Amino acid sequence: MVDTNELLSLDDLHAAGSIRTGRKHVLSVLVENKPGVLTRVSGLFTRRGFNIDTLSVGPTDDERISRITLTLDGASQPIDQVTKQLHKLINVLKIKDLEPAETVARELALFKVSVDAQTRSEVRELAEVFRGKVVDIGKRSIIVEITGERSKIEAFEKLVRSYGLVEMIRTGEVAISRGREET
Amino acid sequence: MRAVDAIMECLKAEGVDVVFGYPGGANLPTYDAFYDAGIHHVLVRHEAGAGHAAEGYAKATGKVGVAFGTSGPGATNLVTPIMDAMMDSVPVVFFTGQVRTELLGTDGFQEADTIGITMPAVKHSFLITDPRELPRTIHEAFHIAGTGRPGPVVIDLPMDLSKADIPYEPVTDVHLPGYQPRTTGNAKQIRQAARALAASRRPVFYTGGGVISAGAHEELRELVRYGGFPITSTLMGLGAYPAPDPQWLGMLGMHGTRTANYSIDEADLVVVIGARFDDRVTGKLSEFAPRAKFVHIDVDPAEVSKNIPAHIPLVGDAKLVLPKLLEEYRALDADKARLDAWWQRIRTWQERHPLRYEPAEGTEIKPQSVVEAIYTVTGGEAIISSDVGQHQMWGAQYYHYPEPRRWINSGGLGTMGFGLPAAIGAQMGVPDRLNVVITGDGSIQMNIQELATIRQEGLPIKVVILNNGYLGMVRQWQELFWQERYSSVDMNTFGGEEAFPDFVKLADAYGIRGVRLTDSTSLEDDLRAAFEAEGPAFIDVRVTRDEKVYPMIAPGEPARNMVG
Ligand SMILES: Cc1ncc(C[n+]2csc(CCOP(=O)(O)OP(=O)(O)O)c2C)c(N)n1
Repeated sequence: MVDTNELLSLDDLHAAGSIRTGRKHVLSVLVENKPGVLTRVSGLFTRRGFNIDTLSVGPTDDERISRITLTLDGASQPIDQVTKQLHKLINVLKIKDLEPAETVARELALFKVSVDAQTRSEVRELAEVFRGKVVDIGKRSIIVEITGERSKIEAFEKLVRSYGLVEMIRTGEVAISRGREET
Repeated sequence: MRAVDAIMECLKAEGVDVVFGYPGGANLPTYDAFYDAGIHHVLVRHEAGAGHAAEGYAKATGKVGVAFGTSGPGATNLVTPIMDAMMDSVPVVFFTGQVRTELLGTDGFQEADTIGITMPAVKHSFLITDPRELPRTIHEAFHIAGTGRPGPVVIDLPMDLSKADIPYEPVTDVHLPGYQPRTTGNAKQIRQAARALAASRRPVFYTGGGVISAGAHEELRELVRYGGFPITSTLMGLGAYPAPDPQWLGMLGMHGTRTANYSIDEADLVVVIGARFDDRVTGKLSEFAPRAKFVHIDVDPAEVSKNIPAHIPLVGDAKLVLPKLLEEYRALDADKARLDAWWQRIRTWQERHPLRYEPAEGTEIKPQSVVEAIYTVTGGEAIISSDVGQHQMWGAQYYHYPEPRRWINSGGLGTMGFGLPAAIGAQMGVPDRLNVVITGDGSIQMNIQELATIRQEGLPIKVVILNNGYLGMVRQWQELFWQERYSSVDMNTFGGEEAFPDFVKLADAYGIRGVRLTDSTSLEDDLRAAFEAEGPAFIDVRVTRDEKVYPMIAPGEPARNMVG
């Protein structure tokens, strides 16, 4: 809306807020490192019917502060409501909705794949292509560690499924903004 | 100093002179400190009574209310008032006792996970783990409860820590890096709102409890009067703008006036202040004010655009925003005559659809007429605390509130049993004003034990039961929407000798004067006599049994389809 001195025609007003952005969002949330904070955050999501895709919590360089990284689908939920409600929690210090283009996001996954003498080397080769690491080799299984963006992990998962995926575990994404500015 | 004595010091530093509570094992140390602390502790008869009394105190005075309960059942009995305070944004600090630290998590005697149980119902909560933090925590709790959008805060204190010997020094500042309510409002958005108002031809103000919490009623009145705007409010907002008044349209929503609801329906601009588009106000959300643009002023950013997107969102404290909005609007020098046609339309609705009910035949008493009689007898000057049901709606429709903090009810949670204890809190907070409870034969029995508290404290509260012998509001819905299949709504409080309980005898048992009124021809005189007699009164008024609250927006319907 232009800021002029003319009277505003009512038709020129635009409704804001509660818009579905339609894309994935990564929220980086700094919280006070106090008991129950994670319960408050996850309880808020349950209560308000917001869905979290991934959530990871870890310490920061300040021991009084932890960082929660959340990924959410902006197609199915109002991200502005999510952040506003999060802001109301007294222990939440700062929330940043990270711009995908300005953000480096990584996730770590461990894949336990069933192999035999012949397929073992095939899976190892696949891991190499994905710059993964083989962290354990047994007679009938192999464990591969892959780090990267979610799409890369999902691509690897698709490929090894045909060999027999025994188990997979993912950390959920962590993210940091590019450039000098703090996340 | 014992930690519990530090609690007393902190309460005094916060200006607390009265608290409401109930003792038990886990808070014995606290009660030992109360023994000679010089703080008036009102001993209620159920912790829910303590919580609602603290709410009533807060609603009547604008100060932070305080309630105490022990661990386990004491704390769980407080859950309803905590949730109630959350829904209606009432500033109350709840102190709960907790088992000894070493017993936490072991299912110890009277252990309940109070922090866990209350988490979705609080603005914030604290479990004390280090007794030295207690004083600072208490001041933080008062600060959080009373500022921004007010709400309940719980402090859970393990028994062993409450006995600890701590160094006490007065705390003069609170430091909450994650809590900085935004208050001033964005200047550009205020200007835009002023321009939108000046451009509007069919504006309506729709205000809520937030205006009262903010203490912004004078600022609101000035703006609305200067602009000559029509104004309505939610159930929670009654009294911020005085009623009756030529610009006052009556209440909005399910049982609001036709004029208020039709005005919103045809408005081109709705200015929403301290309200949150509750479904009992909007009816069918997608058809609420379908022609209007919205300016939404609220101190809680999460309310703005939560249910309905705002065209001009304005986050800030109404007390600070409204004077600036008035200044900007004044500068535009808008022509008042542009509203003439709108007012004409509004006046037509007012003439055609006043609030009305069928007058009674013979000596029968219509419930609405009881509220009208209370209004006349009190000269509109009482503090009315209400319970929940039909009587609550009639209390909102037929009593007119000239000032804020005179209408005390449970709007968001709709808690039956709220009225009587809330009046205790209101009377303690505002001792020299007449306090009246409007209640039903169902609701009053949900916290009737508090009659003992009234007696013990010598409070001159007048309780008026609109006794229809039914859970009237439920019965109304069964009649209108469930083919008159009256299921579990007859309370047996009506009728001759068989009625129970006999409210007059019951009052007598508590040492309170009980009166039964059954004759409409002497209703007003009888009420006056009961109100003028010294001390409390418990007045059982036998009213038309099957009266319904009208008008009404049926659930899921748009406002323009109001019935009755
Ligand atoms: C604690 C609680 N339980 C149930 C309800 C549902 N409810 C809403 S109104 C109502 C009837 C209230 O009856 P009464 O107090 O006699 O008032 P009336 O409607 O007859 O005026 C009920 C049961 C409620 N609001 N609160």
